[in-house]
Amino acid sequence: MHSEARWPLKLSALGGLLFLHIPLVLIVLYAFTTEEKSYQFPPPGLTAQWFSVAWFDRPDIWPPLYLSLKVAAISTVLAVLLGTGAAAALSRASFFGRNALSLLFVLPIALPGIITGMALRSAFDIMGIDFTTWTIVLGHTTFCMVVVFNNVLARFRRTSGSMVEASMDLGADGFQTFRHVVLPQIASALLAGAMLAFALSFDEVIVTTFTAGQQTTLPIWIYGELRHPTQRPITNVVAIFVMVVTFLPILAAYFFTRDGEHTGGAGK
Amino acid sequence: MTAATRSGGDFFFRRPGLLTLLFLLPPLLWIGIVYLGSLFALLLQSFYSLDEFSGLVVHEFTLATYGHLLDEANRDIILRTVVMSAAVTIVSAIIAFPIAYYAARFARGKMKALFYLAIMMPLWSSYLVKVYAWKLVLAKEGIVTWVATKLHFQWLIDALLALPVIGGPSLSFSYIGTFLVFVYIWLPYMILPIQSSLERVPKNLIEASSDLGANPGQAFRTVIFPLALPGVIAGSIFTFSLTLGDYIVPQIVGNSRLMIGQAVYTFQGTSGDIPLAAAFTVVATVIMGIYLTVAKRMGAFDAL
Repeated sequence: MHSEARWPLKLSALGGLLFLHIPLVLIVLYAFTTEEKSYQFPPPGLTAQWFSVAWFDRPDIWPPLYLSLKVAAISTVLAVLLGTGAAAALSRASFFGRNALSLLFVLPIALPGIITGMALRSAFDIMGIDFTTWTIVLGHTTFCMVVVFNNVLARFRRTSGSMVEASMDLGADGFQTFRHVVLPQIASALLAGAMLAFALSFDEVIVTTFTAGQQTTLPIWIYGELRHPTQRPITNVVAIFVMVVTFLPILAAYFFTRDGEHTGGAGK
Repeated sequence: MTAATRSGGDFFFRRPGLLTLLFLLPPLLWIGIVYLGSLFALLLQSFYSLDEFSGLVVHEFTLATYGHLLDEANRDIILRTVVMSAAVTIVSAIIAFPIAYYAARFARGKMKALFYLAIMMPLWSSYLVKVYAWKLVLAKEGIVTWVATKLHFQWLIDALLALPVIGGPSLSFSYIGTFLVFVYIWLPYMILPIQSSLERVPKNLIEASSDLGANPGQAFRTVIFPLALPGVIAGSIFTFSLTLGDYIVPQIVGNSRLMIGQAVYTFQGTSGDIPLAAAFTVVATVIMGIYLTVAKRMGAFDAL
């Protein structure tokens, strides 16, 4: 039974994987096409000019990029502080309502993004809050917190509290214990959580459209280009850039946490 | 280290409850105020209504907005979205199972790591980039048409597009296109839970079933599949929920008939009817609530 897979299984597994990867290859291919008015396949010619065009001649790309980086950076810092706190509290003690709280903290990712987005939009409307960078950060921090929480909680569950007790028994104070015992134990999970949070925020569009008003983040810029394309290959150049910026942190997160636990991969 | 901070650290160590509270309070306030507060605002908005003459939201309690949901057009939007979510979920499960099965039971060592990355990479690739990729794939002058012409099965695509309801002028303007993109984007979310539930099936159970005379097909039907079912249901939570709330995929690839997500997006945006958008969102939340309750009964949460 578990010696060799039979060929129909092999074939359908391989077919499924190809299905997952061919579209991504096309994104890269079309960044080099000479055709800018349609999605002609095969491309009539190949050129690398769009990379320099995107860099030098399209000033409309830069402000959305800065805004996305700014939002992702602030949201990540807030998410790390809040998510780690929640994980530390829920892993330490058992108290009334702990399970309900654990569920509450993952809710923003369990429910569709449109619910988070529309809920925030309703609240801003009722309270008369204008859209700013901070309204975007408010939404992003809420779901970024969840990935940090998941990662750090998984690590806390694997480490034993007796190390902390031993450290205190040996005369270290609370700060020293945190600095020399707790932090080294959770550091890589913390870093992985932060990287996933950054990637998640940098790429987010569903919640963002409800909390951004007239502001344009990079994903909103791409969404605009998808509906009203101007120079099509430029969109591909930006798409490759976004893929790299989101993929590198995720790969790093994978290597930080790969022994024994899986990263908060499910439930983007 | 001064004596004061030293005793400060010990102070918390002797009162773990206080320290827990200190850690818990900021995230709890955030979730409580920002998230639950907003959900409450959402519910509140859905009981307001839009004044049709002034175009302003009337902040008075009414059930009129929910009444609007029963209009034929709005009812169709809800029905259409639920059917699409169910279809995407079922087909994702069918495509995902062999991949998960191979990865869990046959892939070893390097092959296993490769499989893992091959599934994770599309999962974590930018969502918008994936949607965009399908605009390229399905375009009339794109790769599907090219392959179909070379291999002489363009007639098959034309026949599919000629079908009522799911057909349309081209793949990128039909339900078939929308459906394909949904399956593509959410497939990894289905593979991972199935794979992890298959990996937990004890080997000796399978050996026992073959010792007792079951052929591989019977072993699969009576032992492996029932044990993997919680994984399938766990995966279906993602595919169902994500399809239910999405508005970008049907906007980019699809026809002009709306899904719930698009209705929410349009009503809160251009038409300024926040109450109706909120009511649609509440419907989506309720549907998800029902789905999660059923899934929990079937043991899906143990497989997550």
